[in-house]
Amino acid sequence: MDSSIALILTQDGIVNGAVYVLLALALVLVFTVTRIIFIPQGEFVAFAALTLAMLENGRFPGTVWLVLAAGLAVCVMEAGALVARHDWRYRLQVLGWNLAYPLVLWALAATIDWREAGQWGRIAFTLALIVPLGPMMFRVFFQPIAAAPVLVLLIVAVAVHVALVGLGLWMFGAEGYRTLPLWDENFLVGPLRIPGQAIWVVGASLALIVLLAQFFSRTIYGKALRATAVNRNGARLMGISPNLAGRLTLMLSAAIGAVSGILVSPITTIYYDTGFLIGLKGFVAAIIGGLAAYPAAAAGALLVGLLESFSSFWASAYKEVIVFTLIIPVLFWRSLRTHHVEEEEE
Amino acid sequence: MNADTRPLLEVRGLCVSYGKVEALHQAGIEVGAGQIVTVIGPNGAGKTTLLSAVMGLLPSRGEIVFDGEPQPRPDVEYLVTRGMALVPEKRELFGEMSVEDNLVLGAFQRYRRGERDYRDTLEEVYALFPRLKERRAQAAGTLSGGERQMLAVGRALMGKPRLLMLDEPSLGLAPLIVREIFRIIASLRERGVSILLVEQNARAALQVADYGYVLEMGEITMHGPAHELATDPRVIEAYLGLGKHQERLAP
Repeated sequence: MDSSIALILTQDGIVNGAVYVLLALALVLVFTVTRIIFIPQGEFVAFAALTLAMLENGRFPGTVWLVLAAGLAVCVMEAGALVARHDWRYRLQVLGWNLAYPLVLWALAATIDWREAGQWGRIAFTLALIVPLGPMMFRVFFQPIAAAPVLVLLIVAVAVHVALVGLGLWMFGAEGYRTLPLWDENFLVGPLRIPGQAIWVVGASLALIVLLAQFFSRTIYGKALRATAVNRNGARLMGISPNLAGRLTLMLSAAIGAVSGILVSPITTIYYDTGFLIGLKGFVAAIIGGLAAYPAAAAGALLVGLLESFSSFWASAYKEVIVFTLIIPVLFWRSLRTHHVEEEEE
Repeated sequence: MNADTRPLLEVRGLCVSYGKVEALHQAGIEVGAGQIVTVIGPNGAGKTTLLSAVMGLLPSRGEIVFDGEPQPRPDVEYLVTRGMALVPEKRELFGEMSVEDNLVLGAFQRYRRGERDYRDTLEEVYALFPRLKERRAQAAGTLSGGERQMLAVGRALMGKPRLLMLDEPSLGLAPLIVREIFRIIASLRERGVSILLVEQNARAALQVADYGYVLEMGEITMHGPAHELATDPRVIEAYLGLGKHQERLAP
Protein backbone atom coordinates (compact mmCIF):
# COMPACT_ATOMS: atom_id res chain seq x y z
CA MET A 1 0.00 0.00 0.00
CA ASP A 2 1.48 3.35 -0.96
CA SER A 3 0.78 6.70 0.62
CA SER A 4 -1.80 7.78 -1.96
CA ILE A 5 -3.95 4.73 -1.24
CA ALA A 6 -3.56 5.36 2.46
CA LEU A 7 -4.71 8.95 1.90
CA ILE A 8 -7.74 7.82 -0.07
CA LEU A 9 -8.65 5.30 2.58
CA THR A 10 -8.21 7.92 5.30
CA GLN A 11 -10.48 10.28 3.40
CA ASP A 12 -13.12 7.54 3.11
CA GLY A 13 -12.74 6.72 6.77
CA ILE A 14 -13.19 10.31 7.86
CA VAL A 15 -16.27 10.81 5.69
CA ASN A 16 -17.95 7.66 7.01
CA GLY A 17 -16.64 8.39 10.48
CA ALA A 18 -18.29 11.81 10.45
CA VAL A 19 -21.68 10.15 10.05
CA TYR A 20 -20.90 7.61 12.76
CA VAL A 21 -19.98 10.50 15.03
CA LEU A 22 -23.46 11.94 14.61
CA LEU A 23 -25.12 8.61 15.30
CA ALA A 24 -22.88 7.89 18.29
CA LEU A 25 -23.72 11.29 19.77
CA ALA A 26 -27.43 10.62 19.28
CA LEU A 27 -27.14 7.23 20.99
CA VAL A 28 -25.24 8.67 23.95
CA LEU A 29 -27.78 11.48 24.25
CA VAL A 30 -30.78 9.14 24.21
CA PHE A 31 -29.19 6.73 26.67
CA THR A 32 -28.10 9.34 29.20
CA VAL A 33 -31.44 11.14 29.23
CA THR A 34 -33.88 8.23 28.92
CA ARG A 35 -31.76 5.11 29.64
CA ILE A 36 -32.96 3.62 26.34
CA ILE A 37 -30.32 1.87 24.22
CA PHE A 38 -31.89 3.21 21.09
CA ILE A 39 -31.55 0.49 18.46
CA PRO A 40 -34.01 2.12 16.00
CA GLN A 41 -31.61 5.09 15.58
CA GLY A 42 -30.49 3.67 12.22
CA GLU A 43 -34.06 3.58 10.93
CA PHE A 44 -34.20 7.37 10.98
CA VAL A 45 -31.13 7.32 8.70
CA ALA A 46 -32.57 4.83 6.22
CA PHE A 47 -36.09 6.27 6.25
CA ALA A 48 -34.82 9.81 5.65
CA ALA A 49 -32.64 8.67 2.75
CA LEU A 50 -35.42 6.60 1.18
CA THR A 51 -38.06 9.29 1.70
CA LEU A 52 -35.79 11.73 -0.09
CA ALA A 53 -35.29 9.17 -2.88
CA MET A 54 -39.07 8.69 -3.23
CA LEU A 55 -39.56 12.44 -3.50
CA GLU A 56 -36.82 12.68 -6.15
CA ASN A 57 -38.49 9.95 -8.16
CA GLY A 58 -41.88 11.61 -7.86
CA ARG A 59 -43.35 8.78 -5.80
CA PHE A 60 -45.56 9.18 -2.77
CA PRO A 61 -43.40 8.49 0.30
CA GLY A 62 -44.88 5.82 2.58
CA THR A 63 -43.42 7.74 5.52
CA VAL A 64 -46.52 9.95 5.36
CA TRP A 65 -48.69 6.98 6.36
CA LEU A 66 -46.27 6.16 9.15
CA VAL A 67 -46.49 9.70 10.55
CA LEU A 68 -50.29 9.67 10.26
CA ALA A 69 -50.55 6.31 12.03
CA ALA A 70 -48.07 7.27 14.76
CA GLY A 71 -49.86 10.59 15.31
CA LEU A 72 -53.19 8.81 15.59
CA ALA A 73 -51.74 6.36 18.10
CA VAL A 74 -50.44 9.26 20.19
CA CYS A 75 -53.89 10.92 20.10
CA VAL A 76 -55.60 7.74 21.28
CA MET A 77 -53.11 7.24 24.11
CA GLU A 78 -53.27 10.88 25.18
CA ALA A 79 -57.08 10.76 25.09
CA GLY A 80 -56.97 7.80 27.47
CA ALA A 81 -54.65 9.65 29.80
CA LEU A 82 -56.70 12.85 29.58
CA VAL A 83 -59.95 11.10 30.46
CA ALA A 84 -58.31 9.20 33.32
CA ARG A 85 -56.74 12.31 34.83
CA HIS A 86 -59.34 14.94 33.87
CA ASP A 87 -56.43 16.95 32.68
CA TRP A 88 -57.23 18.87 29.50
CA ARG A 89 -54.42 21.40 29.60
CA TYR A 90 -52.54 20.13 26.57
CA ARG A 91 -55.41 18.97 24.34
CA LEU A 92 -54.90 21.54 21.57
CA GLN A 93 -51.16 21.01 21.54
CA VAL A 94 -51.64 17.24 21.30
CA LEU A 95 -54.20 17.45 18.51
CA GLY A 96 -52.20 20.05 16.64
CA TRP A 97 -48.97 18.12 16.54
CA ASN A 98 -50.33 14.63 16.20
CA LEU A 99 -53.39 15.05 14.00
CA ALA A 100 -53.37 18.39 12.20
CA TYR A 101 -49.66 18.38 11.43
CA PRO A 102 -49.60 14.88 9.84
CA LEU A 103 -52.70 15.79 7.81
CA VAL A 104 -50.95 18.89 6.50
CA LEU A 105 -47.95 16.73 5.55
CA TRP A 106 -50.27 14.31 3.78
CA ALA A 107 -51.91 17.14 1.84
CA LEU A 108 -48.49 18.52 0.85
CA ALA A 109 -47.26 15.09 -0.22
CA ALA A 110 -50.36 14.49 -2.31
CA THR A 111 -50.60 17.86 -4.04
CA ILE A 112 -47.05 19.04 -4.70
CA ASP A 113 -44.91 17.58 -7.47
CA TRP A 114 -41.76 17.16 -5.46
CA ARG A 115 -39.61 16.54 -8.54
CA GLU A 116 -40.04 20.25 -9.26
CA ALA A 117 -39.49 21.39 -5.69
CA GLY A 118 -35.70 21.52 -5.80
CA GLN A 119 -33.26 19.57 -3.66
CA TRP A 120 -33.57 21.85 -0.64
CA GLY A 121 -37.35 21.73 -0.76
CA ARG A 122 -37.27 17.93 -0.78
CA ILE A 123 -34.76 17.85 2.07
CA ALA A 124 -36.93 20.19 4.13
CA PHE A 125 -39.99 18.02 3.54
CA THR A 126 -38.03 14.88 4.42
CA LEU A 127 -36.99 16.42 7.72
CA ALA A 128 -40.58 17.53 8.35
CA LEU A 129 -41.65 13.89 7.93
CA ILE A 130 -38.90 12.12 9.89
CA VAL A 131 -38.28 14.43 12.87
CA PRO A 132 -41.79 14.13 14.45
CA LEU A 133 -41.46 10.34 14.37
CA GLY A 134 -38.98 10.60 17.27
CA PRO A 135 -41.30 12.16 19.87
CA MET A 136 -44.26 10.11 18.63
CA MET A 137 -42.26 6.92 19.06
CA PHE A 138 -41.30 7.95 22.57
CA ARG A 139 -44.90 8.70 23.51
CA VAL A 140 -46.27 5.43 22.14
CA PHE A 141 -43.58 2.91 23.05
CA PHE A 142 -41.37 4.30 25.78
CA GLN A 143 -43.30 6.82 27.89
CA PRO A 144 -45.65 4.17 29.36
CA ILE A 145 -42.64 2.12 30.54
CA ALA A 146 -40.23 4.97 31.22
CA ALA A 147 -39.48 3.69 34.73
CA ALA A 148 -38.75 0.12 33.59
CA PRO A 149 -35.27 -1.39 33.89
CA VAL A 150 -32.73 -0.73 31.13
CA LEU A 151 -33.10 -4.29 29.86
CA VAL A 152 -36.86 -3.93 29.33
CA LEU A 153 -36.33 -0.65 27.51
CA LEU A 154 -33.71 -2.34 25.34
CA ILE A 155 -36.05 -5.20 24.46
CA VAL A 156 -38.77 -2.74 23.45
CA ALA A 157 -36.21 -0.79 21.43
CA VAL A 158 -35.26 -3.97 19.57
CA ALA A 159 -38.94 -4.73 18.95
CA VAL A 160 -39.54 -1.24 17.59
CA HIS A 161 -36.51 -1.64 15.35
CA VAL A 162 -37.72 -4.95 13.93
CA ALA A 163 -41.20 -3.56 13.34
CA LEU A 164 -39.80 -0.48 11.60
CA VAL A 165 -37.56 -2.54 9.31
CA GLY A 166 -40.66 -4.50 8.27
CA LEU A 167 -42.59 -1.31 7.68
CA GLY A 168 -39.60 0.02 5.74
CA LEU A 169 -39.80 -2.88 3.32
CA TRP A 170 -43.51 -2.23 2.88
CA MET A 171 -43.10 1.53 2.44
CA PHE A 172 -40.03 1.66 0.20
CA GLY A 173 -39.71 -1.80 -1.34
CA ALA A 174 -36.61 -3.99 -1.41
CA GLU A 175 -34.80 -1.83 -3.94
CA GLY A 176 -31.83 0.32 -2.93
CA TYR A 177 -31.56 4.01 -3.77
CA ARG A 178 -29.02 6.77 -4.01
CA THR A 179 -30.05 10.38 -3.84
CA LEU A 180 -28.65 13.33 -5.77
CA PRO A 181 -25.48 14.84 -4.33
CA LEU A 182 -25.72 18.30 -2.81
CA TRP A 183 -22.54 19.33 -4.55
CA ASP A 184 -21.63 17.62 -7.80
CA GLU A 185 -18.10 18.89 -8.25
CA ASN A 186 -14.85 17.10 -7.52
CA PHE A 187 -11.67 18.68 -6.25
CA LEU A 188 -8.19 17.42 -6.97
CA VAL A 189 -5.80 17.85 -4.07
CA GLY A 190 -2.50 16.10 -4.85
CA PRO A 191 -3.34 12.44 -5.34
CA LEU A 192 -6.79 12.89 -3.78
CA ARG A 193 -10.04 13.39 -5.59
CA ILE A 194 -12.39 14.93 -3.06
CA PRO A 195 -16.05 14.83 -4.06
CA GLY A 196 -18.12 17.85 -3.10
CA GLN A 197 -20.49 15.59 -1.23
CA ALA A 198 -17.66 14.42 1.06
CA ILE A 199 -17.01 18.04 1.98
CA TRP A 200 -20.71 18.42 2.68
CA VAL A 201 -20.77 15.35 4.93
CA VAL A 202 -17.82 16.46 7.05
CA GLY A 203 -18.83 20.13 7.07
CA ALA A 204 -22.47 19.51 7.94
CA SER A 205 -21.52 17.00 10.64
CA LEU A 206 -19.15 19.49 12.23
CA ALA A 207 -21.76 22.23 12.01
CA LEU A 208 -24.36 19.99 13.63
CA ILE A 209 -21.97 19.05 16.44
CA VAL A 210 -21.23 22.72 17.13
CA LEU A 211 -24.95 23.46 17.08
CA LEU A 212 -25.68 20.65 19.53
CA ALA A 213 -22.86 21.78 21.83
CA GLN A 214 -24.33 25.30 21.83
CA PHE A 215 -27.79 23.93 22.51
CA PHE A 216 -26.60 21.95 25.53
CA SER A 217 -24.40 24.65 27.02
CA ARG A 218 -26.41 27.80 26.27
CA THR A 219 -30.13 27.12 26.19
CA ILE A 220 -32.27 26.33 29.19
CA TYR A 221 -33.89 23.39 27.39
CA GLY A 222 -30.49 21.94 26.59
CA LYS A 223 -29.48 22.34 30.21
CA ALA A 224 -32.72 20.69 31.26
CA LEU A 225 -31.85 17.62 29.20
CA ARG A 226 -28.38 17.49 30.76
CA ALA A 227 -29.94 17.88 34.19
CA THR A 228 -32.28 14.95 33.53
CA ALA A 229 -29.28 12.87 32.49
CA VAL A 230 -27.31 13.83 35.63
CA ASN A 231 -30.09 13.59 38.20
CA ARG A 232 -33.57 12.53 37.20
CA ASN A 233 -35.16 13.19 40.61
CA GLY A 234 -33.55 16.58 40.91
CA ALA A 235 -34.83 17.47 37.45
CA ARG A 236 -38.38 16.45 38.33
CA LEU A 237 -38.29 18.70 41.38
CA MET A 238 -37.47 21.59 39.04
CA GLY A 239 -40.58 20.72 37.05
CA ILE A 240 -38.59 19.14 34.21
CA SER A 241 -40.81 16.22 33.34
CA PRO A 242 -38.99 13.07 32.20
CA ASN A 243 -41.66 12.73 29.52
CA LEU A 244 -40.92 16.14 28.09
CA ALA A 245 -37.19 15.39 28.25
CA GLY A 246 -37.75 12.05 26.51
CA ARG A 247 -39.81 13.56 23.69
CA LEU A 248 -37.30 16.35 23.17
CA THR A 249 -34.40 13.88 23.17
CA LEU A 250 -35.98 11.58 20.61
CA MET A 251 -36.82 14.59 18.48
CA LEU A 252 -33.13 15.50 18.48
CA SER A 253 -32.12 11.92 17.78
CA ALA A 254 -34.58 11.70 14.87
CA ALA A 255 -33.26 14.99 13.50
CA ILE A 256 -29.65 13.81 13.79
CA GLY A 257 -30.55 10.48 12.15
CA ALA A 258 -32.44 12.20 9.32
CA VAL A 259 -29.58 14.60 8.61
CA SER A 260 -27.12 11.68 8.58
CA GLY A 261 -29.35 9.81 6.13
CA ILE A 262 -29.62 12.80 3.84
CA LEU A 263 -25.83 13.28 3.98
CA VAL A 264 -24.79 9.68 3.25
CA SER A 265 -27.40 8.66 0.68
CA PRO A 266 -25.55 10.26 -2.26
CA ILE A 267 -22.42 8.25 -1.32
CA THR A 268 -23.89 4.92 -0.26
CA THR A 269 -26.81 2.97 -1.65
CA ILE A 270 -29.45 2.79 1.08
CA TYR A 271 -31.87 -0.11 1.43
CA TYR A 272 -34.80 -0.37 3.81
CA ASP A 273 -32.61 -2.31 6.27
CA THR A 274 -29.33 -0.41 5.85
CA GLY A 275 -30.06 1.70 8.91
CA PHE A 276 -29.35 -1.12 11.33
CA LEU A 277 -25.78 -1.64 10.15
CA ILE A 278 -25.02 2.09 10.15
CA GLY A 279 -26.64 2.50 13.55
CA LEU A 280 -24.71 -0.45 14.92
CA LYS A 281 -21.43 1.17 13.93
CA GLY A 282 -22.51 4.31 15.72
CA PHE A 283 -23.30 2.05 18.66
CA VAL A 284 -19.78 0.55 18.67
CA ALA A 285 -18.47 4.10 18.82
CA ALA A 286 -20.89 5.03 21.61
CA ILE A 287 -19.72 1.99 23.61
CA ILE A 288 -16.14 3.24 23.30
CA GLY A 289 -17.43 6.33 25.09
CA GLY A 290 -19.13 4.11 27.68
CA LEU A 291 -22.54 5.39 26.44
CA ALA A 292 -21.84 8.46 28.55
CA ALA A 293 -18.93 10.52 27.20
CA TYR A 294 -19.48 12.57 24.06
CA PRO A 295 -15.84 13.29 23.08
CA ALA A 296 -14.83 9.64 23.54
CA ALA A 297 -17.81 8.53 21.48
CA ALA A 298 -16.86 10.94 18.70
CA ALA A 299 -13.25 9.74 18.71
CA GLY A 300 -14.52 6.17 18.70
CA ALA A 301 -16.72 6.93 15.69
CA LEU A 302 -13.76 8.25 13.71
CA LEU A 303 -11.81 5.16 14.68
CA VAL A 304 -14.66 2.96 13.47
CA GLY A 305 -14.77 4.87 10.17
CA LEU A 306 -11.02 4.53 9.60
CA LEU A 307 -10.94 0.89 10.66
CA GLU A 308 -13.78 0.17 8.27
CA SER A 309 -12.16 1.81 5.25
CA PHE A 310 -8.74 0.25 5.87
CA SER A 311 -10.15 -3.19 6.51
CA SER A 312 -12.24 -2.96 3.34
CA PHE A 313 -8.92 -2.52 1.49
CA TRP A 314 -7.03 -5.33 3.21
CA ALA A 315 -9.80 -7.80 3.85
CA SER A 316 -12.96 -6.50 2.28
CA ALA A 317 -14.96 -9.65 2.95
CA TYR A 318 -14.34 -9.24 6.66
CA LYS A 319 -14.73 -5.50 7.02
CA GLU A 320 -17.93 -5.68 9.12
CA VAL A 321 -16.49 -8.51 11.19
CA ILE A 322 -13.38 -6.48 11.96
CA VAL A 323 -15.39 -3.40 12.93
CA PHE A 324 -17.73 -5.29 15.22
CA THR A 325 -14.89 -7.33 16.74
CA LEU A 326 -13.53 -4.02 17.97
CA ILE A 327 -16.25 -4.08 20.60
CA ILE A 328 -14.65 -7.02 22.44
CA PRO A 329 -11.32 -5.40 23.37
CA VAL A 330 -13.19 -2.16 24.09
CA LEU A 331 -15.55 -3.85 26.53
CA PHE A 332 -12.61 -5.66 28.12
CA TRP A 333 -10.70 -2.43 28.53
CA ARG A 334 -13.75 -0.67 29.96
CA SER A 335 -14.44 -3.47 32.39
CA LEU A 336 -10.90 -3.12 33.69
CA ARG A 337 -10.93 0.60 34.23
CA THR A 338 -14.47 1.25 35.46
CA HIS A 339 -15.29 0.26 38.99
CA HIS A 340 -18.71 -0.89 40.02
CA VAL A 341 -21.01 2.06 40.68
CA GLU A 342 -23.79 1.83 43.21
CA GLU A 343 -27.25 2.26 41.74
CA GLU A 344 -28.45 5.05 44.05
CA GLU A 345 -25.49 7.32 44.50
CA GLU A 346 -25.91 10.94 45.33
CA MET B 1 -63.72 30.39 55.65
CA ASN B 2 -62.82 33.17 53.21
CA ALA B 3 -59.90 33.20 50.84
CA ASP B 4 -57.67 35.33 53.04
CA THR B 5 -57.63 33.08 56.05
CA ARG B 6 -57.59 29.86 54.12
CA PRO B 7 -54.26 28.07 54.60
CA LEU B 8 -51.92 27.74 51.63
CA LEU B 9 -51.53 24.01 52.20
CA GLU B 10 -54.06 21.73 53.85
CA VAL B 11 -53.33 18.05 54.29
CA ARG B 12 -56.01 15.83 55.81
CA GLY B 13 -56.04 12.12 56.52
CA LEU B 14 -52.90 11.44 54.53
CA CYS B 15 -51.85 7.78 54.44
CA VAL B 16 -48.80 6.36 52.72
CA SER B 17 -47.86 2.69 52.63
CA TYR B 18 -44.69 0.97 51.53
CA GLY B 19 -46.11 -2.43 50.66
CA LYS B 20 -47.96 -3.58 53.79
CA VAL B 21 -46.13 -1.18 56.09
CA GLU B 22 -47.99 2.02 56.71
CA ALA B 23 -45.42 4.80 56.97
CA LEU B 24 -47.92 7.60 57.46
CA HIS B 25 -51.31 7.22 59.12
CA GLN B 26 -54.06 9.85 58.90
CA ALA B 27 -51.62 12.74 59.02
CA GLY B 28 -53.08 16.22 58.93
CA ILE B 29 -51.18 19.49 58.76
CA GLU B 30 -51.81 23.05 57.66
CA VAL B 31 -49.46 25.75 56.49
CA GLY B 32 -50.83 29.27 56.45
CA ALA B 33 -49.65 31.93 54.02
CA GLY B 34 -46.43 33.52 55.22
CA GLN B 35 -46.01 31.01 58.04
CA ILE B 36 -43.11 28.80 59.00
CA VAL B 37 -44.44 25.45 60.09
CA THR B 38 -42.18 22.72 61.35
CA VAL B 39 -42.64 18.98 61.66
CA ILE B 40 -40.31 17.46 64.24
CA GLY B 41 -39.94 13.87 65.24
CA PRO B 42 -37.47 11.04 65.58
CA ASN B 43 -35.80 9.11 62.83
CA GLY B 44 -38.09 7.01 60.69
CA ALA B 45 -41.22 8.76 61.97
CA GLY B 46 -42.31 9.45 58.39
CA LYS B 47 -41.24 13.07 58.03
CA THR B 48 -39.57 12.65 54.65
CA THR B 49 -42.47 10.44 53.55
CA LEU B 50 -44.88 13.25 54.42
CA LEU B 51 -43.05 15.77 52.25
CA SER B 52 -42.59 13.32 49.37
CA ALA B 53 -46.29 12.46 49.38
CA VAL B 54 -47.36 16.12 49.44
CA MET B 55 -45.02 16.80 46.50
CA GLY B 56 -46.46 13.87 44.54
CA LEU B 57 -43.27 11.83 44.59
CA LEU B 58 -45.04 8.99 46.43
CA PRO B 59 -48.53 7.61 45.94
CA SER B 60 -50.78 8.48 48.87
CA ARG B 61 -54.38 8.42 50.03
CA GLY B 62 -56.01 11.39 51.65
CA GLU B 63 -56.71 14.98 50.89
CA ILE B 64 -54.15 17.54 49.76
CA VAL B 65 -55.37 21.05 49.03
CA PHE B 66 -52.81 23.53 47.75
CA ASP B 67 -53.83 27.17 47.41
CA GLY B 68 -57.51 26.22 47.53
CA GLU B 69 -57.12 23.65 44.74
CA PRO B 70 -57.57 19.99 45.68
CA GLN B 71 -54.86 17.68 44.33
CA PRO B 72 -56.50 14.27 43.94
CA ARG B 73 -53.35 12.94 42.28
CA PRO B 74 -50.51 15.22 43.22
CA ASP B 75 -48.19 15.61 40.25
CA VAL B 76 -44.68 16.95 40.80
CA GLU B 77 -44.35 18.95 37.62
CA TYR B 78 -47.78 20.51 38.02
CA LEU B 79 -47.24 21.40 41.68
CA VAL B 80 -43.97 23.09 40.76
CA THR B 81 -45.84 25.29 38.29
CA ARG B 82 -48.37 26.10 41.02
CA GLY B 83 -45.63 27.34 43.34
CA MET B 84 -44.58 24.38 45.47
CA ALA B 85 -40.91 23.54 45.89
CA LEU B 86 -39.14 20.79 47.78
CA VAL B 87 -35.53 20.79 48.88
CA PRO B 88 -34.99 17.11 49.58
CA GLU B 89 -32.70 15.73 52.21
CA LYS B 90 -30.35 14.41 49.52
CA ARG B 91 -30.31 17.88 47.89
CA GLU B 92 -30.46 16.22 44.43
CA LEU B 93 -28.15 18.75 42.81
CA PHE B 94 -26.86 18.45 39.25
CA GLY B 95 -23.34 17.59 40.37
CA GLU B 96 -21.51 17.83 37.05
CA MET B 97 -23.10 21.14 36.13
CA SER B 98 -22.02 24.59 37.26
CA VAL B 99 -23.56 26.34 40.25
CA GLU B 100 -25.13 28.91 37.93
CA ASP B 101 -26.61 26.25 35.63
CA ASN B 102 -28.13 24.56 38.68
CA LEU B 103 -29.73 27.83 39.70
CA VAL B 104 -30.95 28.67 36.20
CA LEU B 105 -32.67 25.27 35.98
CA GLY B 106 -34.55 26.16 39.15
CA ALA B 107 -36.43 28.63 36.95
CA PHE B 108 -37.17 26.05 34.22
CA GLN B 109 -40.93 25.93 34.79
CA ARG B 110 -41.21 29.71 34.92
CA TYR B 111 -39.16 29.98 31.72
CA ARG B 112 -41.43 27.43 30.09
CA ARG B 113 -44.46 29.51 30.99
CA GLY B 114 -42.88 32.50 29.28
CA GLU B 115 -41.44 34.30 32.31
CA ARG B 116 -38.07 35.39 30.98
CA ASP B 117 -36.90 37.36 34.04
CA TYR B 118 -34.83 34.57 35.56
CA ARG B 119 -31.67 36.71 35.38
CA ASP B 120 -33.23 39.10 37.93
CA THR B 121 -34.16 36.22 40.21
CA LEU B 122 -30.61 34.95 39.87
CA GLU B 123 -29.28 38.27 41.18
CA GLU B 124 -31.71 38.10 44.13
CA VAL B 125 -30.52 34.60 45.00
CA TYR B 126 -26.88 35.69 44.71
CA ALA B 127 -27.66 38.59 47.05
CA LEU B 128 -29.06 36.09 49.56
CA PHE B 129 -26.13 33.68 49.13
CA PRO B 130 -23.01 35.65 48.15
CA ARG B 131 -20.98 32.45 48.45
CA LEU B 132 -22.83 30.99 45.47
CA LYS B 133 -21.94 34.00 43.35
CA GLU B 134 -18.25 33.46 44.14
CA ARG B 135 -18.57 29.86 43.02
CA ARG B 136 -20.96 30.36 40.11
CA ALA B 137 -18.68 28.67 37.54
CA GLN B 138 -17.69 25.77 39.78
CA ALA B 139 -19.29 22.32 39.40
CA ALA B 140 -21.98 21.78 42.03
CA GLY B 141 -20.42 18.45 43.00
CA THR B 142 -17.28 20.18 44.27
CA LEU B 143 -19.06 22.37 46.83
CA SER B 144 -18.84 21.89 50.59
CA GLY B 145 -21.85 20.58 52.52
CA GLY B 146 -23.05 24.00 53.59
CA GLU B 147 -22.65 25.44 50.11
CA ARG B 148 -24.55 22.52 48.65
CA GLN B 149 -27.43 23.21 51.01
CA MET B 150 -27.36 26.89 50.04
CA LEU B 151 -27.39 25.91 46.39
CA ALA B 152 -30.31 23.54 46.91
CA VAL B 153 -32.31 26.28 48.66
CA GLY B 154 -31.24 28.89 46.11
CA ARG B 155 -32.23 26.61 43.25
CA ALA B 156 -35.68 26.12 44.77
CA LEU B 157 -36.06 29.89 45.23
CA MET B 158 -35.33 30.44 41.53
CA GLY B 159 -38.81 29.05 40.87
CA LYS B 160 -40.31 31.80 43.08
CA PRO B 161 -42.23 29.27 45.16
CA ARG B 162 -45.03 30.24 47.50
CA LEU B 163 -44.49 27.14 49.61
CA LEU B 164 -40.95 25.96 50.23
CA MET B 165 -40.59 22.54 51.83
CA LEU B 166 -37.23 21.87 53.43
CA ASP B 167 -36.25 18.36 54.43
CA GLU B 168 -33.58 18.36 57.15
CA PRO B 169 -31.77 21.47 55.94
CA SER B 170 -29.31 21.26 58.85
CA LEU B 171 -28.39 17.62 58.32
CA GLY B 172 -24.66 17.01 58.36
CA LEU B 173 -23.73 20.68 58.66
CA ALA B 174 -21.42 22.39 61.11
CA PRO B 175 -23.21 24.38 63.88
CA LEU B 176 -22.11 27.72 62.47
CA ILE B 177 -23.56 26.91 59.08
CA VAL B 178 -26.74 25.56 60.66
CA ARG B 179 -27.23 28.94 62.31
CA GLU B 180 -26.68 30.66 58.96
CA ILE B 181 -29.21 28.39 57.26
CA PHE B 182 -31.85 29.09 59.92
CA ARG B 183 -31.19 32.82 59.69
CA ILE B 184 -31.91 32.59 55.97
CA ILE B 185 -35.05 30.52 56.57
CA ALA B 186 -36.33 33.23 58.91
CA SER B 187 -35.55 35.91 56.34
CA LEU B 188 -37.46 34.06 53.63
CA ARG B 189 -40.68 34.53 55.58
CA GLU B 190 -40.29 38.26 55.17
CA ARG B 191 -40.34 37.74 51.42
CA GLY B 192 -43.74 36.09 51.71
CA VAL B 193 -42.56 32.53 51.22
CA SER B 194 -44.37 30.00 53.40
CA ILE B 195 -42.14 27.28 54.73
CA LEU B 196 -42.75 23.72 55.78
CA LEU B 197 -39.68 22.65 57.66
CA VAL B 198 -38.90 19.07 58.59
CA GLU B 199 -36.15 18.80 61.18
CA GLN B 200 -34.49 16.54 63.67
CA ASN B 201 -32.84 19.61 65.15
CA ALA B 202 -36.03 20.37 67.07
CA ARG B 203 -34.59 23.20 69.14
CA ALA B 204 -33.56 25.28 66.13
CA ALA B 205 -36.72 24.39 64.23
CA LEU B 206 -39.07 25.45 67.04
CA GLN B 207 -37.14 28.68 67.51
CA VAL B 208 -37.69 29.78 63.94
CA ALA B 209 -41.20 28.35 63.40
CA ASP B 210 -44.65 29.78 64.10
CA TYR B 211 -46.37 26.46 64.46
CA GLY B 212 -45.17 22.93 65.03
CA TYR B 213 -46.24 19.33 64.68
CA VAL B 214 -44.72 16.29 66.31
CA LEU B 215 -44.70 13.21 64.10
CA GLU B 216 -44.09 9.86 65.75
CA MET B 217 -44.49 6.41 64.18
CA GLY B 218 -46.32 7.88 61.20
CA GLU B 219 -48.87 9.78 63.27
CA ILE B 220 -49.17 13.37 64.40
CA THR B 221 -49.10 13.12 68.17
CA MET B 222 -48.93 16.78 69.17
CA HIS B 223 -49.28 20.15 67.57
CA GLY B 224 -49.49 23.75 68.60
CA PRO B 225 -47.78 27.14 68.37
CA ALA B 226 -44.04 26.64 68.27
CA HIS B 227 -43.29 28.52 71.49
CA GLU B 228 -45.84 26.40 73.35
CA LEU B 229 -44.40 23.18 71.98
CA ALA B 230 -40.93 24.32 72.99
CA THR B 231 -42.06 24.55 76.61
CA ASP B 232 -44.16 21.40 76.62
CA PRO B 233 -42.57 18.93 79.06
CA ARG B 234 -43.17 15.96 76.73
CA VAL B 235 -41.38 17.72 73.87
CA ILE B 236 -38.54 18.79 76.15
CA GLU B 237 -38.22 15.25 77.43
CA ALA B 238 -38.16 13.62 74.01
CA TYR B 239 -36.60 16.19 71.69
CA LEU B 240 -34.98 19.04 73.55
CA GLY B 241 -33.42 17.15 76.42
CA LEU B 242 -29.82 18.04 77.13
CA GLY B 243 -27.10 15.63 76.18
CA LYS B 244 -29.50 13.40 74.30
CA HIS B 245 -27.84 13.09 70.96
CA GLN B 246 -30.04 11.54 68.39
CA GLU B 247 -28.76 9.15 65.84
CA ARG B 248 -28.13 10.95 62.59
CA LEU B 249 -28.92 8.15 60.19
CA ALA B 250 -30.94 8.33 57.02
CA PRO B 251 -34.64 7.88 57.78
